[in-house]
Amino acid sequence: MNWLSNLSPSWQWFHRLGSPRWFYQTTGRWLPWLSLLAFTLLSAGLVWGLAFAPQDAKQGNSFRIIYLHVPASFLALAGYYIMAIAGAVGLIWKMKLSYMLMKSAAPIGAALTFLALFTGAVWGKPTWGTYWVWDARVTSMLILLFLYLGVLALQYAFHSNDAGNKASAILALVGTVNIPIIYKSVDWWYTLHQPATIKFTSAPSMHPDMFQPLLVMILGFYCFYTVALFLFTRAEILCRERKSVWVKELAMAREQS
Amino acid sequence: MPKLSLLTVEQLCFERDDRHTFEPIDFAVDRGEIMQVEGPNGSGKTTLLRLLTTALQPSSGAIIYAGQPITLCRYEYLSDILYLGHQSAVKMNLTAAENLRWMATGGIDSTRDALSAVQLSGYDDVPCYNLSAGQQRRVALARLFMTNAKLWFLDEPFTAIDKQGVSLLENCLREHVKRGGAVVLSTHQDLAIDGLRKTSCVPHADQGAL
Amino acid sequence: MASGFSAYLRRDLLLAYRRRGDAASPLIFFIMVSTLIPLGITPESARLAEIAPGIIWVMALLATLLSIDAIFANDYQDGSLEQLLISPHLLAMPVLGKTAAHWMVTGLPLTLASPLLGVMLSLPAQGYVPMVASLALGTGCLSLIGSVGAALTVSLRKGGLLLSLLVMPLYMPVIIFGSATVQSAIDGFAWSGPLAILGAMLAASIALCPLAAAGALRITSVN
Repeated sequence: MNWLSNLSPSWQWFHRLGSPRWFYQTTGRWLPWLSLLAFTLLSAGLVWGLAFAPQDAKQGNSFRIIYLHVPASFLALAGYYIMAIAGAVGLIWKMKLSYMLMKSAAPIGAALTFLALFTGAVWGKPTWGTYWVWDARVTSMLILLFLYLGVLALQYAFHSNDAGNKASAILALVGTVNIPIIYKSVDWWYTLHQPATIKFTSAPSMHPDMFQPLLVMILGFYCFYTVALFLFTRAEILCRERKSVWVKELAMAREQS
Repeated sequence: MPKLSLLTVEQLCFERDDRHTFEPIDFAVDRGEIMQVEGPNGSGKTTLLRLLTTALQPSSGAIIYAGQPITLCRYEYLSDILYLGHQSAVKMNLTAAENLRWMATGGIDSTRDALSAVQLSGYDDVPCYNLSAGQQRRVALARLFMTNAKLWFLDEPFTAIDKQGVSLLENCLREHVKRGGAVVLSTHQDLAIDGLRKTSCVPHADQGAL
Repeated sequence: MASGFSAYLRRDLLLAYRRRGDAASPLIFFIMVSTLIPLGITPESARLAEIAPGIIWVMALLATLLSIDAIFANDYQDGSLEQLLISPHLLAMPVLGKTAAHWMVTGLPLTLASPLLGVMLSLPAQGYVPMVASLALGTGCLSLIGSVGAALTVSLRKGGLLLSLLVMPLYMPVIIFGSATVQSAIDGFAWSGPLAILGAMLAASIALCPLAAAGALRITSVN
């Protein structure tokens, strides 16, 4: 990393960005505001979506679970890309912070994928009459969960943290290349086997009164995701840097207050 | 200006999981020299040799081959080195001769010569799983008799071989440096070689803290 | 550059030949498990014919998984992998050579033995050619993708099971298009489409998987 600081001032921000201490302190300032924003958006979106949005003509009140299901599915997929990009940055620039972000993104993403599957199943019961249907989206989501589980399992299989980080970064990148292929194949497979079944009401054709709260929920989920990612990463930073002076000082200050 | 050495190691450090393995290492090896790496168990001798072979990447410091950092002359450097690790890379299901033909370039004659040099003549077509541990080690050592590599990195080459084998290997090393080659080896054995130079791996003082 | 490919291809084939018993076990597994299907589901040929393409493909996938972890594990244990890493040549070529050898030892025999399974599972006659063609291309993909997983888990003691978890999701497009090729032919549709996609997947895997596996080996094999 030495050559970076010698290059030019424009690289300085990048260099500083790689410092876990800088990340810890900056996110410490952002966290209260972000949490507040996430809380406001999520509660507003939930109340709006669950209590005030109009009923669906066909599905009645059961459609309201999309206010959890759709944002969770969004973030589950986006989270995989965030994880893979963080891993790639770590591999290319050997940035430790980036690996910490990657490592934190994996369990959050897996949890969101599970939430999306779970809410999908709950929604499926009144809609299809069964909890599980081999629908294209459900299947893709399940495969995404497997991909997440693979990254998590590989991360913790190594004794050495560094080896685990690099190996799971490679796996995440391989997964990234494969996700579009998997999604397309599953779509194609689904049309091959079940050409005529009920499809989800797709988002753009929704009534604006239903769609607006959904937008608020998606924004809220993004904020919540950021908060969770920051919290996980900060915990990881403290754990990895526990022997450094600044973390010791932090712990001392916490103890005194 | 100081003389240009064949291999120079400058402030070489390696860290894994935020732990430095050893104190920064500096040394230089020139043509005709044998460098013995010393140090207690766990001081990172194998790590050092793996760094020299580029199997591991140093966290800081430089390895300079004939005046050029090895990151810039990777192909030339790797073509000029020979590495013999803890594990001998001998395939149990291949015969001694097949193993050699595989690991080193050379025809049937040079394979036979190399095997007779390590006193395994007649074992050419014996599968290696039928050889003893010491004999398997000798098959690996036979590579030294059929290589053109200038720089040899040998990790504990004396394990599992008998007294006669030790003096045989010592002779081989002497011949190699006489031809203008250089050797870096790790061993706990006292070697009967004139002009042997030594460097040591020191476990890092504060294991852990950065 | 190409010499690394053929040298490792020849060496791994020779090693497989010396251990013929080990090399044959995926094939035996492939055939044996397929006899469980009539026992477990039904011996009725109409129903067997319905599920035969899928079953044969799933079996081929499992048989590949069973053997793929050995592709680098032996070299890792005896130190040959270390020597491979410090060769001056491009690492992806020997990796591709080793993967090709793996395919010739597992994928190719599976492909050639699949008509036998087709007979046992009463596969309709028009399914045989597409099945052999799709298995020939698809098992190549399976070996290549599996090599990445094997490289990632090479230094782990219980790598085999973890390896299956890692590569199974990546195998799903292959199995979708593989069994669809056979199914389309049986249903009387054109089967060149899914087969062409399998071919495209194979081409992409040949280009990318050895690079990924080589990168993974550099990281995981020295610890």
